[in-house]
Amino acid sequence: MLSRTADNLYWLSRYAERADFVARILDAAHRLAALPSSYGGRASNEWASALESTGDTDEFKKHYDAVNEHTVCDFLAFSRHNPSSIRSCIETARENARSIRTALTTEMWDAINGAWLELRSYEGRELSRDEFSQFLDWVKQVSLAFDGSAYRTMLRNDGYWFTRLGMAIERADNTARILDVKYQILLPASEKVGGSLDYFQWTTILREVSAFNAYHWVYRESIKPVLVADLLIFNRQMPRSLTNCVGILMEHLDLIADSYGRRGESQRLASNLRSYLHNADIDRIFASGLHEFIEAFIGENNKLGAAISDQYLV
Amino acid sequence: MRIRVVHDTIYTYEQAARGLIQVLRLTPRDHDGQHVREWRIEPSADGRLTAREDGFGNIVHWFTADEAADALTVRVTGEVETFDTAGIVRGAMERLPEPFYLRETPLTEPSPEIQAFAEEATSGGVGERLSVLHQLLTAVPERVVFEPGPTSASTTAAASFEAGKGVCQDMSHIFIAAARHLEIPTRYVSGYFRRDDGVDDQHAGHAWAEALVPGLGWVGFDAANGISTTEAHIRVAIGLDYLGAAPIRGSRIGGGKEGLEVRLRVEGGIESHSQSQSQGRQSQSQG
Amino acid sequence: MALAKAFDEMTGPGDLPAGGPVRDAYDTLKAWLDKTPPEHFNTRRSQAEMLFRRIGITFAVYGSNDSTERLIPFDIIPRVLTKPEWDFLERGLKQRVTALNMFLNDIYGAEECIKAGVIPADLVYRNQHYQMEMRSFRVPHDLYVHIAGIDIVRTGEKDFFVLEDNARTPSGVSYMLENREVMLRLFPELFSRHRVAPVENYPDALLATLRSLAPQSASRDPTVVLLTPGRYNSAFYEHSFLADKLGVELVEAGDLFTKDDVVYMRTTEGPRRVDVIYRRLDDAFLDPLVFRPDSVLGVPGLMNAYERGNVTLSNAVGTGISDDKAVYSYMPEIVKFFTGEEPILHNVPTYRCREKESFSYVMDNLKDLVVKEVNGSGGYGMLVGPHATRREIEEFGKRLRHAPDGFIAQPTLSLSTCPTFVASGVAPRHVDLRPFVLAGADEIRIVPGGLTRVALKEGSLVVNSSQGGGTKDTWVLDA
Repeated sequence: MLSRTADNLYWLSRYAERADFVARILDAAHRLAALPSSYGGRASNEWASALESTGDTDEFKKHYDAVNEHTVCDFLAFSRHNPSSIRSCIETARENARSIRTALTTEMWDAINGAWLELRSYEGRELSRDEFSQFLDWVKQVSLAFDGSAYRTMLRNDGYWFTRLGMAIERADNTARILDVKYQILLPASEKVGGSLDYFQWTTILREVSAFNAYHWVYRESIKPVLVADLLIFNRQMPRSLTNCVGILMEHLDLIADSYGRRGESQRLASNLRSYLHNADIDRIFASGLHEFIEAFIGENNKLGAAISDQYLV
Repeated sequence: MRIRVVHDTIYTYEQAARGLIQVLRLTPRDHDGQHVREWRIEPSADGRLTAREDGFGNIVHWFTADEAADALTVRVTGEVETFDTAGIVRGAMERLPEPFYLRETPLTEPSPEIQAFAEEATSGGVGERLSVLHQLLTAVPERVVFEPGPTSASTTAAASFEAGKGVCQDMSHIFIAAARHLEIPTRYVSGYFRRDDGVDDQHAGHAWAEALVPGLGWVGFDAANGISTTEAHIRVAIGLDYLGAAPIRGSRIGGGKEGLEVRLRVEGGIESHSQSQSQGRQSQSQG
Repeated sequence: MALAKAFDEMTGPGDLPAGGPVRDAYDTLKAWLDKTPPEHFNTRRSQAEMLFRRIGITFAVYGSNDSTERLIPFDIIPRVLTKPEWDFLERGLKQRVTALNMFLNDIYGAEECIKAGVIPADLVYRNQHYQMEMRSFRVPHDLYVHIAGIDIVRTGEKDFFVLEDNARTPSGVSYMLENREVMLRLFPELFSRHRVAPVENYPDALLATLRSLAPQSASRDPTVVLLTPGRYNSAFYEHSFLADKLGVELVEAGDLFTKDDVVYMRTTEGPRRVDVIYRRLDDAFLDPLVFRPDSVLGVPGLMNAYERGNVTLSNAVGTGISDDKAVYSYMPEIVKFFTGEEPILHNVPTYRCREKESFSYVMDNLKDLVVKEVNGSGGYGMLVGPHATRREIEEFGKRLRHAPDGFIAQPTLSLSTCPTFVASGVAPRHVDLRPFVLAGADEIRIVPGGLTRVALKEGSLVVNSSQGGGTKDTWVLDA
């Protein structure tokens, strides 16, 4: 297939995934902000943290004076200046979709084009808390509908595989970013008495990756930071864990390599990334530095994205 | 006169540029007023260099680099024997019918100001064709000052005329726009010019115009110098405007910012052989 | 000024009372129109609009900021042509496109028609669309125009005229195909009562045509691509629609590159050689190394590969000259000169403003004439005298006087009308017809019908979609 078509499919999926991620971050931030201060509300820097895990802080500062609910929600949800705002994500996804209409199934096009059309009804006016929360739910629905339409209707050929690569690279990056921004909260030093603030922070992380219920099913224990990190990094059953994302990347890069009869840099880098995760364990990571570990992962994941691009998409 | 040319065009790129393609109109052909004794094009990078003739009859080399490169020098060296023909160009490759050279182009569109200028300078252009053209040749440098400055390949005749200044390319475009407005077939010429002030090192090639004069054929008019072409001119390529005769047009993928430097040495008065000179005169008298 | 009543595709000439007899081809349709309640039309029309919006037919209209994606109105009442009418048109179209190809081959080659004085030299050589690059080589199979859209108008039972030749990158064929698709879905019962010649094979015919044009050096299974300026182009939908129906890659400039005089496309499996490019991009943008240097829509080196015979461009470079309306005015002579036959399809009488006598006639009669720019298209920059205000006529007269060479004028034709569903019910509206002619190395193919465009405003003669025109399905009845 045309490299550009593959590139559009790849980025279409990345942006659809990113829109969902930003919506989850905002949702979780709202939840935390709504808590009484004795449970960690108000006093926490939830909006700054939401900004940090999703957006471009420098760009934010160019357009807003203060970090608060209003400015962060605006920047992350609707700003045209933020290439990762929900609005920008949907628009970019739709632009990618539009230039490869023929490579998409009608269902995929409808999902993304419908979202783009409906987006207008939320834009350019002041949304109440309720409306904003409905908006976030809607974004998650859009992402689900898109993902589902791809899963259900696409031919299982290279086109589909490139959408999976885009989705997995983006998802790994998102999960890693959350871990990186919140790593202090997870570290043992802050684990004193399991104060209520930390408890809600941890559950927030789980909500951001839609793993709140999954946690209990997997560990059948009360929430502990080390297990939260373990779930998000190593648990294969967990759709958004780094290990699972890398597994998806490996699987689809292999399918592509087999189909084309050629292997290259992206296959090598994906193998390396899997070994990197495989050779680590959570206790050692906590001992040697979660931040360093995650930072290195983000770097390698980016490198893999660049390699996929060089090898197939340009 | 025997003229020797060494012409380096040096491109540098911030990062290695891929897909380098250069279209080179850098090879003169023989006509009664010039005989090419020796001519070479040497790109500094490995690649494919093929020559063909374009619609105007110019020799065009297409150079495609094999690999990405962060610099590329195109070196042209050669020697041409020239003869004074009072500006008359005979025996050149003529591929296009004369009305073709009446066509306007975006670079030579006659603005109302240029139209007025053309009519004023030539009293309506009604006189004898050669004297009309000489009137234009005198008038252009009076209105437009030669001044190397912020002109580029895409500066139009109209813009340069309005600014009242330009380089040889702009002055040629203005001459062409004005002449075509008077319904005189006119074309653009790119080439080299040996200066007689002892300055051999130059920063750019030269450009002038040729116009069709009944009975004489094509005659060269160098608006920048205000003269008809002489044996100091080496005629390399023709076009409707700069774009058609451009010495180099190139493209690349990536590479970031481009640096461009031209080193040009045009030396004249090299010892001349009577033999080749007489050959030239022979063919001239035949024409 | 009120025009005489136009020929109506359904009721024929003259003012016929409502409920009177109609032309045979419209018998069944008329009965259906009469007994169908208007609400039904309304429902179907909104269903049609929904179908179009869903499949995404949109047309970017230049000069309107708010509606970069707008639907072209679709009218649900078909325009019907009989078999004999179509056979006549088909013969005429084949003759005309054959002559166009011989003409183009000649003006870039032997120039016989210029030497013979069939057409003035300066009209050819001074034309911006005359590409001198084409003089130095022969195009594959000596064919320049492979896909032509010939605009035809009708003024009477047997009076068909060619209004324009579109030999660059004619558009609209996607509407022809989608209109039929939507009609089949909405009114299956109508099709069961008529024998309508199918148009669905157009993509197959187009692909066969393109493949037949592959250069000698191509493999036996040539790779065809469709080159689009990109998604911001007004006809992008059509480009992607056609690529899909043809089963070929829709490429943008960045997808192609040249290496050693061969064109390749970038694929996920590495470079792949391209043999035939169906380009929907104007000449000036094709190759920044040869044409406009500022073009980012073109492929550097493309012209070199083309001239070396390693790729076919479809249509060829330099066909735009036959779109020129001053050149058009010589078509009757051109057809005669090259085919040795009388033209089957006539031109609309045309005054060339470049000629002194014609010019003064035109200036004196602006209020009765249609004046067009010789290089204009899409209904922009034209004057429809009878519908213009005095002020508009004065303004236009000034432009005309300033550059008479740039204009031609034609009498205001009373284009035929066709029943059309409008706000007030079913009413006659003026129509034209654009059939699409495919000239391959093996044969000329034309699917029966084409695109009928309709001027939705009462009395308007401008059918261009950019000027508020709509489209209809076009039926050629097989028996």
